[in-house]
Amino acid sequence: MSAPVLKVEGLAKSFTLHLQGGRRLPVLHGIDLAVAPGDCVALVGPSGAGKSTLMRALYGNYLAGEGRILVSHDGAMVDIASGDPRLIVSVRRRTIGYVSQFLRVIPRVSTLAIVAEPARRAGLGEAEAIERSRTLLARLNLPEALWDLPPATFSGGEQQRVNLARGFAYPYPIMLLDEPTASLDPANRAVVIGLIEEAKARGAAMVGIFHDREVREAVATRSIEVTPLRAEAA
Amino acid sequence: MMAEAPLLEADRVSVSFGRIAAVREASFRLWPGEVLAIVGESGSGKTTLLRALHGEITPDDGRVLYRTAAGETVDLHRLSEPRRRALARTEWGFVHQNPRDGLRMAVSAGGNVGERLMAAGARHWGRIRAEAEGWLARVEIDGGRIDDPPRTFSGGMQQRLQIARVLVTEPRLVLMDEPTGGLDVSVQARLLDLIRSLVGELGIAAIIVTHDLAVARLLADRMLVMQRGEVVESGLTDQVLDDPQHPYSQLLVSSVLQA
Repeated sequence: MSAPVLKVEGLAKSFTLHLQGGRRLPVLHGIDLAVAPGDCVALVGPSGAGKSTLMRALYGNYLAGEGRILVSHDGAMVDIASGDPRLIVSVRRRTIGYVSQFLRVIPRVSTLAIVAEPARRAGLGEAEAIERSRTLLARLNLPEALWDLPPATFSGGEQQRVNLARGFAYPYPIMLLDEPTASLDPANRAVVIGLIEEAKARGAAMVGIFHDREVREAVATRSIEVTPLRAEAA
Repeated sequence: MMAEAPLLEADRVSVSFGRIAAVREASFRLWPGEVLAIVGESGSGKTTLLRALHGEITPDDGRVLYRTAAGETVDLHRLSEPRRRALARTEWGFVHQNPRDGLRMAVSAGGNVGERLMAAGARHWGRIRAEAEGWLARVEIDGGRIDDPPRTFSGGMQQRLQIARVLVTEPRLVLMDEPTGGLDVSVQARLLDLIRSLVGELGIAAIIVTHDLAVARLLADRMLVMQRGEVVESGLTDQVLDDPQHPYSQLLVSSVLQA
């Protein structure tokens, strides 16, 4: 097996709620994880165990409390847990892709432009970014008549497919998938399984939360249990 | 890329008005092409800091360093007034909250854009007019209005015209003070989309002062949170908004109604 491109060492994360008298909620403690190209690690555990918190920490969206999150970026291992904003912006641009459950809609921006944006920012040419976006939207069965509309009025399933197209339009070496099939019908679920399999085959290292067992069993190369921590008093 | 020098650096900038400390030891760096939001309530010192960065207000303490297009690092508040003005004309832009402060209301729309080009050294009338036309189109103002003065425009159009006037010289750094304040929500969305795409296309660095966290999320890579003159938190925009650390940032984020 090749060397991991994502390595988590001793990650801990807690939230301090200053508006609730400084109550501290520990969510993650002592998390270790190594993900190599072609790996797809499923995070499992009960709701509230901290799976999404872990995913957000891996993307730099939540600040890590302790530990390191090492990512192979531009030929070197860099630590996202340092919280350096410019490093994280650069890592997100070319190295880590993220497919969340919900699409953040930008007023007035068309579906096609939203999908193509990260690929363009990653450095693909305009024409190639658009071409890949069109291919993915078609593959995810989003009617072409919708492509020039902003997705604000789309259904949950349509928005999720826009999000998926956006996440898969650039071949990121590392991909984080937070419930990528939550509101999809079986036909589109099968399309997503296909996209994940292709990404693994080209050597993407993936971490995902898949509540859908069928999807998880189809794509995951192994599972990691995330267990809930007990809240402490302030 | 990480070794690249900052474009602007505020080093412990403090401004007081009489006995009131409006800004206390604010420090940050801005790199080329980066968009930084400064958020906080009214009275937090964010606009005062912006004006100190622009050189309009002289700090009581601290420095503002700027790296010019020629690669020279200058201390803004030690530059001669003509030199500072020349930089403001050619390398920076300032977008005021009220377009009346940034436009000449009696001069035609085309003149407002062309004037700034001339100030930066353009002389050929035909080219200036063509450039002005191009910019009006980019900010979605009908070319038929080029000879009308902005006082005949709506608030949203005036603000778009101000943006065209500022961006026409392709500045390296744009400072914006509540650019969407006072506009209707539908007009705000259009303006935000415009700012977002123009700043992205031109690779301009920008500092945007806003009290609107949604504006910060949409436009900025990084943000600073100010409270009572102090920078209490700074970081990646979505990280500060989704996982705020400081009590005041938590209060700001939790006070926003979810639409």
